[in-house]
Amino acid sequence: MSELGAMRDQWYPVGMTKQLTAQGRDTLLMGEPIRVALAGGAPSVTDGTGRALPVIDRFGHVWTSLGQPEKDLFTIPEVDQPGRRLVDVGVCRVRCSPLRAVENFLDIAHFPFVHTDILGSEPHTEVARYEVEIRDDVDEVWATKVKFFQPQAAKSAEGGITTDYMYRVCAPTCSVLYKTCPPKPGEWDVIALFVQPLTETLCDVWPYMALYDDDAEMTDLIHFQQMIFVQDRSVLENQLPALLPLDPGREIPTRADMTSIAYRRWLKRHGFTYGAQLVAA
Amino acid sequence: MILYDYILSPSCYRVRLLAALIGRRLDLRAVDLHPGQEHLSEPMLALNPAGTIPVLTDDGLVLTESTAILTYLAAHDAPAWLGEDTPAMRARVAQWLAFAQRLTDSAGAARAHDMLLAPGDIDALRGQATQALRELEAALSAARRRGESFLAGNRPTIADIACFPHVALAPDGGLPLDPYPSIRLWMRAIRALDGFIEMPGIHRLHELKPEPGPMPEVIRKEQA
Repeated sequence: MSELGAMRDQWYPVGMTKQLTAQGRDTLLMGEPIRVALAGGAPSVTDGTGRALPVIDRFGHVWTSLGQPEKDLFTIPEVDQPGRRLVDVGVCRVRCSPLRAVENFLDIAHFPFVHTDILGSEPHTEVARYEVEIRDDVDEVWATKVKFFQPQAAKSAEGGITTDYMYRVCAPTCSVLYKTCPPKPGEWDVIALFVQPLTETLCDVWPYMALYDDDAEMTDLIHFQQMIFVQDRSVLENQLPALLPLDPGREIPTRADMTSIAYRRWLKRHGFTYGAQLVAA
Repeated sequence: MILYDYILSPSCYRVRLLAALIGRRLDLRAVDLHPGQEHLSEPMLALNPAGTIPVLTDDGLVLTESTAILTYLAAHDAPAWLGEDTPAMRARVAQWLAFAQRLTDSAGAARAHDMLLAPGDIDALRGQATQALRELEAALSAARRRGESFLAGNRPTIADIACFPHVALAPDGGLPLDPYPSIRLWMRAIRALDGFIEMPGIHRLHELKPEPGPMPEVIRKEQA
């Protein structure tokens, strides 16, 4: 149990609230078998010995922890704004480190090559300088003033626009991004990636969105995000080394990778090393 | 023509891909298969009691098998894609359309298991898929020795389009394509076709795009 370290006491997504059944679903959380079920109308999670684990029902998903979280699960205040469409995108399993899944979500530079003609296009491949900080008051990684040219930034976008982004890492396996909302200037669309670590090299990813879009069908919103994520999936499954290196030496970052560098530092600082590797250069 | 479609479905992609290659416009209706299970909803079951997609409707005609839809699109708009009009070639195409179903049931099911948590005996599915991929590799290797690049002769047919998606996406189900050089060349030939479109997990050939211009070190040398 000790190898889970500080990650044992964190919150993780383990299912969509809407999909809960009384019979339950057997799954894994960091190697530990758990069952996620509906008991008396409320979500319940039990471990392999039948012990009840702590549960939070938030953002359309069920959250649990193998340990005793000191802090409440993070919040996304924008989700409660009236008029937003809340989208449960559904699970996608990936053979990769849960930390790699989050890191890929934070990356902009791959857009023109992996999400070609949607989130990026050649020759508009430059990632302009942006700002990154670890905010000590909230203990989160934030990247701000990120700008990127996108041919089709969202389901609701028509034609190319320069999109503003903010990225936030609010838990070891969860990130939220805020991006220009084409139909509602001045507001941000919110897209979150909730990652359930099954093992150090296998994860279930539960994307979630809170969008201003009165026109698109819900199914089209779901499929747009599934399309984007599955374009990433084969890349994630082929990344080497499989475990995310937290020490420099194994990989050479560039300026565009500043968010990733901050994320790795933050993981290391907290001892969030499940799915990571620590190797001296 | 209306296609009931799902962006992540390789069988739906067969239809979208052929339509793009022959210039047929389709009216797409997105079906929330995952996570919504809409293919099992009452209106969808009324359309197709088997509860599968794709479904194509056209003027009272309802087609629920993707290989039948490919046959219909080709016969309707581009008969050359049915293969040469000889008994042997028509039969070869039909044979590969049936083979494509084996790919759906093995490699397709392995991918659905690994990616969308669909039930299934993953080891058995991968075993069946590997057997099918070996047969395809042998056939494509023999075709290349005859000087042919495709499954039924020297031009692409609906046989290629039926088999391509589940083969190209086999790595999603834990089936690497490294051992199959002829399959990889064949996939490249398909991806290089005019009008080719991608789906999530199948990328376009970036190297076919126009030259990106002088490389940075060349520019530096020129400036020096």
